Amino acid sequence: MKIMVCLKQVPHQDARLDIDSAGTWIQESNIKFEINTYDTYALEEALRAKDEGECEVVVVSIGPDRTTQALRTALGMGADRAVHIKDEEADGSDALGLAKLLAAVAKEESPDTIFTGFMSDDDNFAAVPPMLAELVGLPHTTAAVKVVRGDSSLTVDRETEGGSYEVVELPLPCLVSVQTGINQVRYASLKGIMAAKKKPLDVKSVADLGLSGSVGAGAAKVKIEKIAPPPKGDTAELLEGSTDEVVAGLVTKIKELGLL
Amino acid sequence: MAEYDSVDFLQLDELLSDEEKLARNTVREFVSREFLPVVQEHIRRDGSFPMELVPTMAELGLFGANLHGYGCAGMNNIAYGLVMQELERGDSGLRSFASVQGGLVMYPIHAYGSDTQKERWLPELAAGRAIGCFGLTEPDFGSHAGGMLTKAERKGDGWVLNGTKRWITNGSLADVAVVWARSRDGIGGFLVERDRPGFETGDMKGKFSLRGSVTSELFLRDVELPEENRLPSAAGLKAPLSCLTQARYGIAWGALGAAMACYDEVVRYTRDRIVQGGPLAGKQLTQEKLADMLTEITKGQLLALRVAQLKDAGKLHHTMVSMAKRNNVDIALQIARQARDLLGANGIVDDYQSMRHMVNLETVRTYEGTHDIHTLILGEHITGMRAL
Repeated sequence: MKIMVCLKQVPHQDARLDIDSAGTWIQESNIKFEINTYDTYALEEALRAKDEGECEVVVVSIGPDRTTQALRTALGMGADRAVHIKDEEADGSDALGLAKLLAAVAKEESPDTIFTGFMSDDDNFAAVPPMLAELVGLPHTTAAVKVVRGDSSLTVDRETEGGSYEVVELPLPCLVSVQTGINQVRYASLKGIMAAKKKPLDVKSVADLGLSGSVGAGAAKVKIEKIAPPPKGDTAELLEGSTDEVVAGLVTKIKELGLL
Repeated sequence: MAEYDSVDFLQLDELLSDEEKLARNTVREFVSREFLPVVQEHIRRDGSFPMELVPTMAELGLFGANLHGYGCAGMNNIAYGLVMQELERGDSGLRSFASVQGGLVMYPIHAYGSDTQKERWLPELAAGRAIGCFGLTEPDFGSHAGGMLTKAERKGDGWVLNGTKRWITNGSLADVAVVWARSRDGIGGFLVERDRPGFETGDMKGKFSLRGSVTSELFLRDVELPEENRLPSAAGLKAPLSCLTQARYGIAWGALGAAMACYDEVVRYTRDRIVQGGPLAGKQLTQEKLADMLTEITKGQLLALRVAQLKDAGKLHHTMVSMAKRNNVDIALQIARQARDLLGANGIVDDYQSMRHMVNLETVRTYEGTHDIHTLILGEHITGMRAL
């Protein structure tokens, strides 16, 4: 049994985000990064399968040098191997480009299951997992809140609108994108961190994966034109004055709008 | 509110390996997620430690993290120091728990124990299934440990122990006590299991400080032990003192954690607290205090890091640990006092942590070699003269 887990390293949730000079991304220097929250749950789901029986967990990530730390953390938590796709040619890839890179690894690895996070904390696209599944030719589902492993299939409860659940069964191999809260994510133990030093971490380039020219900014169909902080809406009103005045103003406003 | 982050004014993170940073981060997450939500309840109870966290602490590998083999993580001393720093960011009692288990119980068994003792105790202690304590200090002998009255006398092939030990962290929780006693041959170490007839413990109550930690007395009345319970390689006072060097090393890092917790709290507080029309952080007297805190923490980090490098290189002298423990606890205590000061009236309630760290650090200043004793150790190192 082999499980592949896709991890993305994203800016730390507390990082102060400043827009870069091109206005198309944030300034990445001097901010901390962490593993995308959704992906930590995906990893935990894989590690639980490993706890229960013979299973190899391979973590895969795309990114610059700093991404090593995310992969080492995953190895410290118990993953067996890591694949780091590190290549400037991959910079500026859209969701399809990223999915192609991950698909190339998935084809090499032939896992029985791929777990990913439902979406990333920074982009919120939620597009890579279904694209990856389609490129590899795997049945897939998204927003899993419960996964029950069978011998040749997974039974997945997936979250749907309004708090109801849909139960689907997928034959192996398949891809499942995982919602947060599906499990309690473990810590990387100190022993695990030490053991991680000796675990394999393979670095692959775009050329290694046979994708030169088909990923990266040049090949992207979706291009970020501009990112910007939320504009101040015309209807926004800033209450000014002392605390008492602001509170009184807010109460008046709530009453006026009939919210109470 | 943004999560806690440690001070890194001189970009010392660049000097740390990935493993060292990961070790720090994982312990920080544990402290934030599991320890800080319950600490107040234990402080209010006096002399109570969240024992339910022990299995997780063991799983994380916090007990004997710098020892090799027997289920220990085998980390270097920088990573070990960072672990102690993060634990004490939570509470000195949390760091003390791990320090005692690792530095004062597992270390002497590892360094001076027989293979049978190591195999019997180290995996259990690393896994948190057994708790240990270290019995050196006595009611009348603290700094002058060599004056101890606890006696070990030969009886047949074994030993009989008599005496009282006081100020023993985790004494009443312990499954095994490492007890130091004087025999005809000099000072020796003995492993006393909890259920030995004649061995009893009692807890010290009414503490103002380290309330989130169990502090006990050990009473030994004709406790009979077989020769197998003596640490075979521990000869003389040097053995327990070497354990203290381990624990003091951890304290030098731990104190920085407490200092950074106070600094972090007070920077946030003074930014938000409005005094006479503006944030408290914008006042000159506040900024002087904050600048001093940042500078002292940074100097303390440099000291701890260099001592760690020397320890890993096998070039450490115990006087260096004395300097690091003495300085870092002293500056941490000053920072905690200043932080509590800046918090004003709010600082005296347990919604804020600086006063808890402050009163803890009062203990840390006078345990594991008082501030003054470390002064004299350095004084002797400089002059070659032992002062009293």
